[in-house]
Amino acid sequence: MQKVTTVIIGAGQSGLAMSRELTCCGVDHVVLDRGAVANAWRRDRWDSLRLLTPNWANGLPGAQYPGSYPDGYMPVAEFARWLDAYANMIDAPVQRYTEVHRVSGTGTGFNLETSSGPLGCRTLVLASGACARPYVPSLSAAVPTRILQTTPATYKRPHDLPPGGVLVVGASASGAQIAREIQTSGRPVTLAVGWHTRLPRTYRGRDVEWWLDLLGILDERFDEVDDLQRARRTPSPQLVGGPEPVDLNALQDCGIEIVGRLADIRNGSALFSGGLANACVSADLKMNRLLDAIDGWIEERGMGNELPPPDRPEPVRLPATQPLARGLNDGTIHTIVWATGYRPDFSWLDLPVFDARGRLRHHGGVVAAPGLYAMGLNFMRRRRSHQISGVGGDACELSDHLHAYLNGRIETAA
Amino acid sequence: MNKQMETANVDNGVDVEALLGAKKVIESMPEAGQFTWRAHCKWSDGVRSQSTVQGFFGLGEEQARKAAFVVEADHPEQFAATDAAPTPVEIVLSALASCLTAGVAAVAQNRGIQLKSVQATVEGDMDMAGILGADADVRNGFNAVRVSFDIDADAKPDEIAALVAQSQKRSAVFDIVTNPTNVHVSVV
Repeated sequence: MQKVTTVIIGAGQSGLAMSRELTCCGVDHVVLDRGAVANAWRRDRWDSLRLLTPNWANGLPGAQYPGSYPDGYMPVAEFARWLDAYANMIDAPVQRYTEVHRVSGTGTGFNLETSSGPLGCRTLVLASGACARPYVPSLSAAVPTRILQTTPATYKRPHDLPPGGVLVVGASASGAQIAREIQTSGRPVTLAVGWHTRLPRTYRGRDVEWWLDLLGILDERFDEVDDLQRARRTPSPQLVGGPEPVDLNALQDCGIEIVGRLADIRNGSALFSGGLANACVSADLKMNRLLDAIDGWIEERGMGNELPPPDRPEPVRLPATQPLARGLNDGTIHTIVWATGYRPDFSWLDLPVFDARGRLRHHGGVVAAPGLYAMGLNFMRRRRSHQISGVGGDACELSDHLHAYLNGRIETAA
Repeated sequence: MNKQMETANVDNGVDVEALLGAKKVIESMPEAGQFTWRAHCKWSDGVRSQSTVQGFFGLGEEQARKAAFVVEADHPEQFAATDAAPTPVEIVLSALASCLTAGVAAVAQNRGIQLKSVQATVEGDMDMAGILGADADVRNGFNAVRVSFDIDADAKPDEIAALVAQSQKRSAVFDIVTNPTNVHVSVV
């Protein structure tokens, strides 16, 4: 069997950043991907998607944004090409079109069964991403068969959908963006809104990402936050890589009807929660606390006069009564888009490293099996861990840990 | 934002430490969190009844109450009844207000906010054409419920609004009223 010191599974930004760090420490390794570099960015996203973070924020270790639009938002296809160039630049040992079927422990390392044959290693890095698989709630089984069901991983463009009404379930970044473009294509959209995160694209003349970065919010560490599980569940903000707002007011202005969280499907009807107002009020309060913190930061430094004055986005407008049910058999809804989040996919990982709810047990990316590491998960080591800007810092710290483990300086993983 | 603040001088009479301890227990032993609540209802006369609430199941075993609590229900004279007790729908509204109010107190304690007074007014609109069977398009239940809180506390208006928002987020009765539940009724 072929052996290598370290295997990295996934050749996206996380896997490549880790590869660069391991090359720097002289750890021989291979990066496996089921497709080409940046496979998920190429295949599992919709056409119009751009990165949510501006170009200046998307540097990788040893490679800052080289282009002339630092404040722009890169289409994901362009980002995929950039990752390809990065892989070449760092000379990453990527083995393409190699799917991992199973990983098991040997006591001193790991055995991988792959589509290119077996492979053994001492240390393993899981870099297949936090968004490997769209999550679809089990109640989708009750959707009548005549309705087309899709997810942000399979949906590509509005014109692929049948004419007629569309129910988009979920109003985070994916759902809000997809809802808007489908509505604009002439298909009337109903958007089911649960807990969500609202952020303005810009605040006081700067991209909100600039403020999150400057105030150190993105650098909050996993061992410093109050409730890590809650922080890890925070939905992605209602943002788009561009200037157009996709908050619930903007979406309603496009003609989208907003309803409460999809609570159940019963007797052919989708039933929505009556708690929509609280979900909206909660998101507005949370957004305003962040904007208060930004104002406080500016005030403390006496910079208020150099910047546009504080303002607050209009609170979400809600119709006096929202529908609590929508028939799925009356011919009005033709498509359902499940924008209900993503999950990592470790179904091939045959190791006792999962909690009762099937989540990977790890301490800041150091997984509960010696020699096993994760990358790119939500709030893994810091708030920015799942962002492109987060992989550099995490790869640096985890490669140090991995290197020390290989040298016998760390007995067991945390 | 959600960091626990100094709570030393704040006393709303809620033992937050015990509640946070219970959360930890249930995170490590999910089966301990499986509760079954019960009420036993007995017809009195007319449209009047008496429910008794005594034990419940939780933390893996049967739990006893200090006493058997009795909840009376009747209907107003306008419904040709004896008006000896609130109607069941008023009990539902009371339950919603009580649940949200308990939540406000617990969240305030956790956030270090001293409450001085909390009052809630609840209203539920209902079209009687539903329950009387006069119009098949009208539902039996509320077509709208409004809760209005009047809270005096050592906190800014946005902090008070956040208490009420968080209370709704964690309220059992708010969830029961706003979301569908499968209800199985059988005859023994």
